[in-house]
Amino acid sequence: MIEARIAKRFAPGPESAGFALNVELRAAEGVTVLFGASGSGKTLTLDCIAGFVRPDSGRILLDDVILFDAAAKVNLRPQDRNCGYVFQNYALFPHMTLRENLAFAAERRPRLERHRRVSEMLDKFELTPVAGRRPHEVSGGEKQRCSIARALIGEPALLLLDEPARGLDAPLRNGLYATLRQVRAEFAVSILLVTHDLDECFEMADEMLVMREGRVVQSGAPTDILARPANVEVARILGIPNLFNAEITALDPGRNTSRLKLPDFELTGVYYPGRLLGDRVWLCISSADLRVASPDGVNRVPLKLVRVAETPRATRLEFAGGVTAEMLRAEFERQKDNKEWLVEFPPQSIRVL
Amino acid sequence: MSIDWFPLWLSLRVAGFATVISLAISLYVAYLLANRDWRGKEILDAVTTLPLVLPPTVLGYYLLVLLGRGSALGRLYEWVFGSPLVFTWQAATLAALFHSTPLLIRFTRAAFESLDPGFARAARSLGASEWKVFWRVTVPLARRSIFAGAALAFARSLGDFGITIMIAGNIPGRTQTLAVAIYDAVESGNGALARTLVLVISVVAIAILYLTNRLERRQAAG
Repeated sequence: MIEARIAKRFAPGPESAGFALNVELRAAEGVTVLFGASGSGKTLTLDCIAGFVRPDSGRILLDDVILFDAAAKVNLRPQDRNCGYVFQNYALFPHMTLRENLAFAAERRPRLERHRRVSEMLDKFELTPVAGRRPHEVSGGEKQRCSIARALIGEPALLLLDEPARGLDAPLRNGLYATLRQVRAEFAVSILLVTHDLDECFEMADEMLVMREGRVVQSGAPTDILARPANVEVARILGIPNLFNAEITALDPGRNTSRLKLPDFELTGVYYPGRLLGDRVWLCISSADLRVASPDGVNRVPLKLVRVAETPRATRLEFAGGVTAEMLRAEFERQKDNKEWLVEFPPQSIRVL
Repeated sequence: MSIDWFPLWLSLRVAGFATVISLAISLYVAYLLANRDWRGKEILDAVTTLPLVLPPTVLGYYLLVLLGRGSALGRLYEWVFGSPLVFTWQAATLAALFHSTPLLIRFTRAAFESLDPGFARAARSLGASEWKVFWRVTVPLARRSIFAGAALAFARSLGDFGITIMIAGNIPGRTQTLAVAIYDAVESGNGALARTLVLVISVVAIAILYLTNRLERRQAAG
């Protein structure tokens, strides 16, 4: 279990804007994912925990061991922090074979145990056949497994991974996820993983922390966060389309309805407790919930289709006013000659942020 | 014409000793300059660069004052080793050292700084001591650049004139290095000897530069 409160400021320089990191996080057993756009301070947070960067203030606790405490002037060296770190480019030592890379990391352990431990890890991560090769002579997947094995060989309490899937193609990425699931199952180690890929959060995360401009803005299970983003910024970071600024022009708790005025059209919504008439709010509706060309419904709005794009899963329809909907490909084939598009906004699917 | 090859052998020996000592100093100083932020880093940087910009005779004069038979250090040396330092081949080695070390420090520092800091970080997070990080990761990764720098330092050591003549003098058969011998030959009108020695030192220098470039290209490729 890692508990961290980290603050660090960077003054603006001649070529860089200033940046302030102010993070509070807890990560228990399992996989915790730090999610955010690049420049949101994810990797910096990892580096502070690993001891590569000294925070200005705060406190970092790993299983009741104080790694850093600004007030008490405690700042353990990276060597003493018991954190495994998997670098984005793996940072395998190029002048050593894979076996030597693991042996380098095993030197902290008792002499008699080292050899057995290295062989065991090579075996577990399917590296035995290539153990005698240098990093540049093995495949990307092997390098990746080797860097994870190397980080784990000293039995760290926490495994830190910095964008491990960045730049990997789909099969390699799936291999990585399989390896990490194996690590989660077989090693007693908490995993803290940094990514800017939402799919990866859903693939790996037990808990997800959304970061923005150096702060954790929301945390929870990925499905919960996607279903209920805390505010419009989180929704934007998650890449949710269909965010609209609207004004509440009517509220009727008796009939459980409301009236929402958007820039280009009006919608009927459900009653939103705690909101007042005239409130300006952000509306959010998932593109999968929009019904295109539906025969009936309360909130049917005629919209101009501006762009059609194919995605791996469906056809994406982009309408005027920033409305994005999804449609199964076969359905779109039937509808594509429509002169007019009626888009239905089911009231229950409209969320107010 | 019979040529006295003593200056060549002396120069090679002096340059060899100077390079080994210079390498040891450079590794340490470059580590201090490349890895840590500390007060006085800029001063150390300036002091170690100074010999590159000062006239060799000025350096030689400093050393003469510092190490001459009248100085405290000079007397200490004489007391320990039983003979004075100045005007010996050891003094020529010291001269070569001062001539080549600033260059090697800059070279080694650049080699350290061009390494991906991720390697050292990875080693540290794996529990390696700073000593182990340095000798098992940093130096092996920068080894080609360091070899190339050492070769350059050797070539430069061969060619020192100004400092050598100030503190080792021009004693044929004892402290007369190649560069000094060439000057001596020209002065005394022995053109044939001067030409031969010039040719020899040029060939050695070109060979070393060729080797250095190859090593650096392999480092860049690897």
